[in-house]
Formats: sequence, structure tokens, C-alpha cells
Amino acid sequence: MNDSLYNYLLMIGDNAMILGHRLSELCGHGPNLETDIALTNISLDLFGQTRYYFQYAAELAGDGASEDSVAFLRYPHQYKNVLLVEQPNTDFAFTIVRQFFFDAFHKPFLEQLSDSADKHLAAIAAKSLKEVQYHLSFSSEWVRRLGGGTEESHRRTQRAVEELYPYTGELLRPVPLETEMQQLGIGPDLEQVAGAFEETVTGLMSETALQTEGLSRHQSGGKAGIHSEYLGFILADLQYMQRTYPGMEW
Amino acid sequence: MSKDWPLWEVFIRSKNGLEHRHVGSLHASDATMALQNARDVYTRRSEGVSIWVVESKHITASNPEQAGEMFEPARDKAYRHPTFYNLPDELKHM
Repeated sequence: MNDSLYNYLLMIGDNAMILGHRLSELCGHGPNLETDIALTNISLDLFGQTRYYFQYAAELAGDGASEDSVAFLRYPHQYKNVLLVEQPNTDFAFTIVRQFFFDAFHKPFLEQLSDSADKHLAAIAAKSLKEVQYHLSFSSEWVRRLGGGTEESHRRTQRAVEELYPYTGELLRPVPLETEMQQLGIGPDLEQVAGAFEETVTGLMSETALQTEGLSRHQSGGKAGIHSEYLGFILADLQYMQRTYPGMEW
Repeated sequence: MSKDWPLWEVFIRSKNGLEHRHVGSLHASDATMALQNARDVYTRRSEGVSIWVVESKHITASNPEQAGEMFEPARDKAYRHPTFYNLPDELKHM
């Protein structure tokens, strides 16, 4: 089995799954019906993408692996999502800013991934890209509205930016596995993705007078399986059923 | 400023439909949000290929109490329907 590709698929799929899970926590709790449905739609998009990555990963793993075993039967250090996506929903500004930072990365990432030398991966990326283009326009509109809205909405959005911006560096700094994938023509060149990310983020931040100046972007670890305290709780929720009743189906 | 977002009416053109049809309403703070909300609430099962939104207050509606004077006079004027022409036999599908 191709271990590198397998792990790379987990890295991409875990981002989608954990962010999808965070958004799914808001189902029925959104600020109003329309926003509730919008966030749930994004969550479902991300779960759909997760399934494609994990089905492919299970195929590579063989030996009876399935998308479910890949999703549910790993330990925390085996999840490779970035720390940003496991951060809690805290308030609506956090939910939106987290989404915006991820989307600003996710879109150029998928644009490049849809040119991957791995045709299967390229097809997943091309399909996901249309969904993610919408995610970015949704989250951008909300950052614009909250950041440029009332004094309170601006203050709370600024607070979310200050808390979450430090996690954005990890999206853009390649770990050895990503460098390897890029050299094989399978994975994107994160330097180019970073260029697009900066342009999107800087543009909207200055338009809405949200400040990122002086904020360091040091947080990292998720890609290597070193997570914040939040992931354990997320996995406890996600895995409870499979751990308690192994092999359970409905 | 009102705490509640204004109401918008949503019109959607389906894939094989020629015209936009009224499908319902929703709340949104501005036109862009109304369009995005309409996309999320009313087209998630691929119901449409085009959306119009219009703030409900811009719609002028007829008054149900005036239904009599508005619509009844037309009811007994069957001659306004083009049903009294003798069509030539060669003309099909009319």
C-alpha cells in the first residue's frame, strides 16, 4: 500500500470531517432558520467531501477497511487535521471567522489539487471546488457584514480574528509529507496557495478594518497528530457509538 | 433600527421552467444575504437554476376585500376567450 498517499488523504479528509462536525453541532442552534440551514448545508458539503477522501483511502488500505473504519476507528494522534478546524464555535463571529480562514485556504488548495497527477484525487477536488467557492462567498459576506457592521459586531469579530489568526500559519506551512506529495505532482504547492490566501484575507481585513497586524501565526501540530484539547472531546462524540457497539450498523 | 430582519419573497426558475415562480419567503438583512439564504433554503434539492428575491414591502398586492369588484366582472364575459372561432381542419394542435 502507498502509505504516503494514504496519510495524505487522511490529512485532507480530516480537515473536512472535523470542520463539518463543528458546523453540525450548530444544527438546530443557528442564530435563525436561514443561517442554521446555510451552516448545515456547508457541514453536509464537507461530510460529502470527507466520504470521497476516505473511500479512496479505504480502497488503498484494503484489508476490509471502509470509509467508516477510516473515519471512526482511529486514535486522536492519528488524526491529521489542522488545529484551526477543531476550535470551538464560541459565538457566531468565531464560527464565521474560522470558516472564512479555512475557505480562503481551501479554495486555492482545491484549485491546485484539481490538477493533481493522481486522477482520482483531481476528480474529487474538481467536484468539491464548486461547493467551496460558495462557502467562501458565504463566509466572506458574513465577515464583511459583521466586521463592517455595528461597533459590537466589529469588536466581537476582531476578537475572533485575534484568537483564530494564530492558527492560520499551519494551513500554509508544508510538513514533509506535503513536500513529498508536491514533488510527486500529487499535492499543491503551498507557497502558491499561501499567496492566494494572503490576498483574500488581507483584502477583506482591510476592507472591514479588522486588524491582523502584530498577530503571530505560530500555532501548529495538528498535521503531525498533536492536537488541542478539543479534538479528544470531538472524537468522544463521534466515536461513542462505534466504540461501544463495535461494527454497529443501522 | 428594527431588531428583526425584513422579509423577502423568493422566486425560482426551475431547470425546465420558463418563468420564475414564487416559492416562499425568508428573512435577510440585505439583498445579498437574501439571495444566499434563498439558495440555501430553497434550492438545496436542486430545485432551480435562477433566483430572484424582492423585499416583500415592494410588492403591492390586491385587497381580498375588493375581490368582487376586481375579478367578478370578468366572469360572465366568455366572449373574451378565443373559443368562438371555427378552426380549419388543417390546423392541428390548437
